[in-house]
Amino acid sequence: MSLFADRELAWMIGGILAFLSIASLIAGVLKGRARSEAAQATVANLVARIRAWWAMVVVFGIAIATGGYGSLVMFAIVSFLAMREFMTLLPTRRADHRAMVWTFFLFLPAQYYFVATGWYGMFALLIPVYAYLLLPSVQVLGGDTEDFLARTSRLQWVLMICVFCVSHAPALQMLEIPGYEGQGAKLLLFLVVVTQISDVLQYTVGKLFGRRKAVPTVSPNKTVEGYIGGGGLAVLIGTALWWATPFAPWQAALLSLVIVLAGIAGGLVMSAVKRDRQVKDFGALIPGHGGVLDRIDSLCFSAPLFFHLTRFFFT
Amino acid sequence: MLLEKIVSACLRGLCRLFTGANPRWLCDPRSLAPRVYFANHCSHLDTVVVWSTLPDTLRERTRPVAARDYWGHGTVRRFVAERVFDALLIDRKAAEGTELVEQQRQETLDAMTAVLDSERSLILYPEGTRGSGEAVQPFRAGLYHLARTRPAVPLVPVYLGNLARILPKGAALPVPMQGRVVFGPELRIAIGEEKHAFLERCRQAVLELAGDRA
Repeated sequence: MSLFADRELAWMIGGILAFLSIASLIAGVLKGRARSEAAQATVANLVARIRAWWAMVVVFGIAIATGGYGSLVMFAIVSFLAMREFMTLLPTRRADHRAMVWTFFLFLPAQYYFVATGWYGMFALLIPVYAYLLLPSVQVLGGDTEDFLARTSRLQWVLMICVFCVSHAPALQMLEIPGYEGQGAKLLLFLVVVTQISDVLQYTVGKLFGRRKAVPTVSPNKTVEGYIGGGGLAVLIGTALWWATPFAPWQAALLSLVIVLAGIAGGLVMSAVKRDRQVKDFGALIPGHGGVLDRIDSLCFSAPLFFHLTRFFFT
Repeated sequence: MLLEKIVSACLRGLCRLFTGANPRWLCDPRSLAPRVYFANHCSHLDTVVVWSTLPDTLRERTRPVAARDYWGHGTVRRFVAERVFDALLIDRKAAEGTELVEQQRQETLDAMTAVLDSERSLILYPEGTRGSGEAVQPFRAGLYHLARTRPAVPLVPVYLGNLARILPKGAALPVPMQGRVVFGPELRIAIGEEKHAFLERCRQAVLELAGDRA
């Protein structure tokens, strides 16, 4: 489906570009006003973040505009980069090498192949069943039992988060919703917009009005005010986008709430993983944001829930 | 010519994809004067990674030192070593009889000195063989003899991290992960510096870079 053939899709993309332009303008004004060193550092980070957002929107926009396969390839690359970051942090042993090669060169392409062909059964089972049983079998042939349960669990977890969960975002386009055929790109855009705007607004509201720390031992920058204010605003935005989805406004509101809550959980869980591995970010690929996995932590949790709720109630 | 360029670009692209290699420079990455880069050796990827993370201007004038018994065999490997890396292939297998060993050592040293004299840099691995990736083995004497012969040429310690996990010994396929490449500050041999002290100082210089974080 082409970007310009669908009015609603063009409106959504136009809205994102307008939103980013306003953000760039505000950042420009703030840059001139920042006096103290701390304020300047915050604004510099803000500018870097917004610049990276422009790049991400351009990449994602091209992916969406080139139809289903474009976004499929983009998310496959995202999975690859996320898994590369995650694997780097894992304490693996020599005997895990073969299983790790399989996760990258067998399970990752196979999962996206099943999304591309719309084979729902294999898409849903490949990683939870086949990879779940095959990976430890390959690992055990390495003959090293030291730390075995933890080693095999970590590998499963990485594959689930980076490939299985992420692949549910482009898979939205394979759902056959009556009266909404061939418009899956907007559903994907809806998910990504609500998830990411929720992150952005939580950060913004938290910076401006944050007082009470929500979970200080896991993520010291997250505040109750940020969660409620930013999350609430994201639900409103999601509801206001109902016209681009197959949902009624109240359904869009409920699904947005699920996306926001799942995103919050994803952000916290991945923060805990980073604390556990004693790193601040998963990588440094996206200036101002950190790694790819830092940017999509919320999406990893929101995509599968949104996919299955939509599939259950609307197809 | 074209084939070499295509293979070179592909290798660098693959290297980026599999190692995410982003070099960190603690010495001047623009200096064109000949240097000796010496690195810890933990994977077959080492040469590709150092070679591909050098800026274009430096890469053109840098020759990796590689073992003939590995890189000299097979059409593809040999093509990559000789035409793409422009590697200086050296004999690692000790020849029989002490006189021959001495002669071989001298030939290797002369070949390396000739590269430096032609205003080009070298990449070498003073550990000799690949280690397990964890520890850095004691350095062999070659680096010392080279430094004594050309004491004015700066030596650059290079730390390679995580590459042994990406492509360990005996593995055929790499696992994509973030590798680390740190080019340390230049150092030189001191006048009258004793062999073991010098080699240990160089080894420590590599090890110190392991703890360096941006």
